[in-house]
Amino acid sequence: MQWDIVIGLEIHVQLATRTKIFSGSSTAYGAEPNTQANAVDLAMPGTLPVPNENAFRYAVMFGLAVNAEIGRRSMFERKNYFYPDLPKGYQTTQLEQPIVGPGYVDVDLANGETKRIRIHHAHLEEDAGKSLHEDYHGMSGIDLNRAGTPLIEVVTEPDMNSAEEAVAFARKLHSLVTSLGICDGDMSQGSMRFDVNISLKPKGSDQLGTRTETKNLNSFRFMEQAIAHEVERQMDILEDGGRIVQETRLYNGDRDESRSMRTKEEANDYRYFPCPDLLPVVIDDDFIEDARSRLPELPDARKARFKEQYGLNDYDAGLLSGDAKLAAFFEEAAEHGKDAKLAANWIQGEFSARLKAEEKSVAESPITGAQLGDLVVRIADNTVSSAGAKKVFEALWTGENDNVDAIIDAKGLKQVSDTGALEAMVDEVLAGMPDQVAQYQNEEDPKKRKKMLGGFMGPLMKASKGQGNPKLFNEILVKKLGG
Amino acid sequence: MSISREDIEKVAVLARIKVDDEQVSALEKDLGNILDLVDQLSAADTDSVEPMAHPLDAVQRLRPDEVTETNQRDAFQAIAPATEDGLYLVPKVIE
Repeated sequence: MQWDIVIGLEIHVQLATRTKIFSGSSTAYGAEPNTQANAVDLAMPGTLPVPNENAFRYAVMFGLAVNAEIGRRSMFERKNYFYPDLPKGYQTTQLEQPIVGPGYVDVDLANGETKRIRIHHAHLEEDAGKSLHEDYHGMSGIDLNRAGTPLIEVVTEPDMNSAEEAVAFARKLHSLVTSLGICDGDMSQGSMRFDVNISLKPKGSDQLGTRTETKNLNSFRFMEQAIAHEVERQMDILEDGGRIVQETRLYNGDRDESRSMRTKEEANDYRYFPCPDLLPVVIDDDFIEDARSRLPELPDARKARFKEQYGLNDYDAGLLSGDAKLAAFFEEAAEHGKDAKLAANWIQGEFSARLKAEEKSVAESPITGAQLGDLVVRIADNTVSSAGAKKVFEALWTGENDNVDAIIDAKGLKQVSDTGALEAMVDEVLAGMPDQVAQYQNEEDPKKRKKMLGGFMGPLMKASKGQGNPKLFNEILVKKLGG
Repeated sequence: MSISREDIEKVAVLARIKVDDEQVSALEKDLGNILDLVDQLSAADTDSVEPMAHPLDAVQRLRPDEVTETNQRDAFQAIAPATEDGLYLVPKVIE
């Protein structure tokens, strides 16, 4: 039987505010446990929450970026459950009147198509603390620094039909919130966490199947794996004539396996009710226009500009415009390097490979866009060969020297492009290799001749101490050897 | 309007309140009376009334995003039953 896969996502995005959503405690990452957990965060009796203006501003900016209606009148509800990392015994969240209403995001897929994914809504809420279950004499340790960190939870419609589409959407959302500057996007620190709702239905059917929810995926790779895993699990059950149980599952990426966390029958009954501690928040035109004026260039617009301004093709423009920091790096390199296409090639080649190998982000790169741009200039004007350029890149990266021209001089990487000098070298080398010259000249097959040319290049590069322009050497050789 | 024993037991579990059989019987009567009272409100026609979000006719004031709290961990942990390495300790909770 053929199946359609139906996927909807819920994404928790940690907002990059300085303070918590309902208190003036710092949200800085990595502080000593509980040093940023104060009276409001700890739910001390008699405390009252006061909402953070920036959390609303960021949520509205997000709403504008996903073409959504903004909730002019926004309310908070209490979602009640007991867990020690939630000191109040409820999470303050939004249910009936969220800050961001229906919107959409257009996602470019690998096959060149663009797919519109609808956003159902996005609401503001507070994060919980962290429970550490290592052995504290048979007890659990609780760190409440994260408790009260502002989140927006983005809920999509079930508009995705493959792991590829879901991951493409997730990447686009990551690109959006980091470009907006409302989230640092650091997934390893939990700044974005994905819950995936998956169901299967017979191909073409308009009746949705029973869905499961896989929670707390914190990398694109795990998300892709978890979807593949869950689709296969459901398919096996359905094809054996079984039924899917509506449940919440946890996925273990290291082992590629999942287990049930709770079924719907035992699902928490959250008993939502309006939070009496908080009045309705009214968002007026001024607030919205102020948020709009803070919107930076968004990835779609940037992609279009990269094609127009730098003459990049669709693929290159898409890769370089998605991440705000990478885009800025490229623009700096292209401006200094003049040759945007060459700069783009080096960023996607050597630069990206090096970042990946050392697990660094663009922000952590030891070289600047301007330095790469300077190197591009020297490649484009034939001062260095591409082999020489790699040596310059290496020296920049390791911090041996920060000036491209100084490195070229110090390492003697300057190509000799003076034709007279090169011709003299070719004459000398050919005179020393009469057998090979004769062999070459007796060879009829042009393919074999071309191959034999390589045999002269080694001695030539040696004679020129590696500084001869290989392209010019090649031209002179062909001329001297008679075609 | 009546409330069943099962409902009472379920609400008690959700609220983490321990109630014994005798108390359930008493609560069945008390909560039933309260629900009856609330039920009378249903007689009022509220079709054209917007649900009330808050009894005060006011809107929420927002706070500038500035750090105003300092680290007072020692003071808070002095009144906690158990702490270690800066963590609050609680009975082991693993689902």
